Amino acid sequence: MEAKLRRGGVSMDRQEPLTTSYGSRVKPSGGIELTAWLFMRISGIVLLVLALGHLFIMHVFNSVHVIDYDFVARRYVKIFWRGYDLTMLWLAMIHGLNGMRTLVDDYLHPPARGIVVKGMYVVGGLFLILGTWVIMAFRSP
Amino acid sequence: MSFYRGGIGQWSWILHRVTGVAVLLFLLAHILDTALIMLGPEWYNRIIQIYRYPFFGLMEIGLFAAVLYHSLNGVRVTIVDFYPASTIYYKQMFLVQMILFALVFLPVGWIMLGHALQGLHP
Repeated sequence: MEAKLRRGGVSMDRQEPLTTSYGSRVKPSGGIELTAWLFMRISGIVLLVLALGHLFIMHVFNSVHVIDYDFVARRYVKIFWRGYDLTMLWLAMIHGLNGMRTLVDDYLHPPARGIVVKGMYVVGGLFLILGTWVIMAFRSP
Repeated sequence: MSFYRGGIGQWSWILHRVTGVAVLLFLLAHILDTALIMLGPEWYNRIIQIYRYPFFGLMEIGLFAAVLYHSLNGVRVTIVDFYPASTIYYKQMFLVQMILFALVFLPVGWIMLGHALQGLHP
């Protein structure tokens, strides 16, 4: 079985397995796919710290019983937490969308593949804009 | 076009995908609920009030488990990617990963269960 694919301007023969025996994607040889592969690993390590840190602070040491409008208002006086949340939001969304792209690549075939991926980028982009606007525009009373 | 080889590799890989999609879907919901803060305290406090029900408290524990598993599994995959020689220890690495998962999740799950049950007596 051989399928020709065009990814980032590089055509690849999919004769090699897509995943390794330990559940990882085979490292791409170059181009934008290698950049994406590296991004997933680097952003993953950063997100481990940011997302688990966020969960510990908000949902273990605090909880939804403590969090309310005033809690967020006090928290967002400090620019540090806005930067923290903004970094986490952007890394998580790009990491998540790229992850979804590899899933769609595995389970869908053209033309559905391209349509679904582009649709995800549009929806993800709109949520990213909304989230960014909230983090930056919220004014602590 | 996915390859199923059975064993730890297959299951850890499927769990990585399932937890990844689940966390991404939660991120979308979380962006919407947080956006309500722009409409003022009434709106934001109302959505947080809903999150205080024990059902959502239990979902929160599931979210923590998903993020923790995805993180630890991602670290293991990344280690093998950059040090391919470690592949021969992949069973031991998975065991260490799951021990770390249990060490973090059990106390955190216990604390979060307390938060969730707090919703029974508001």
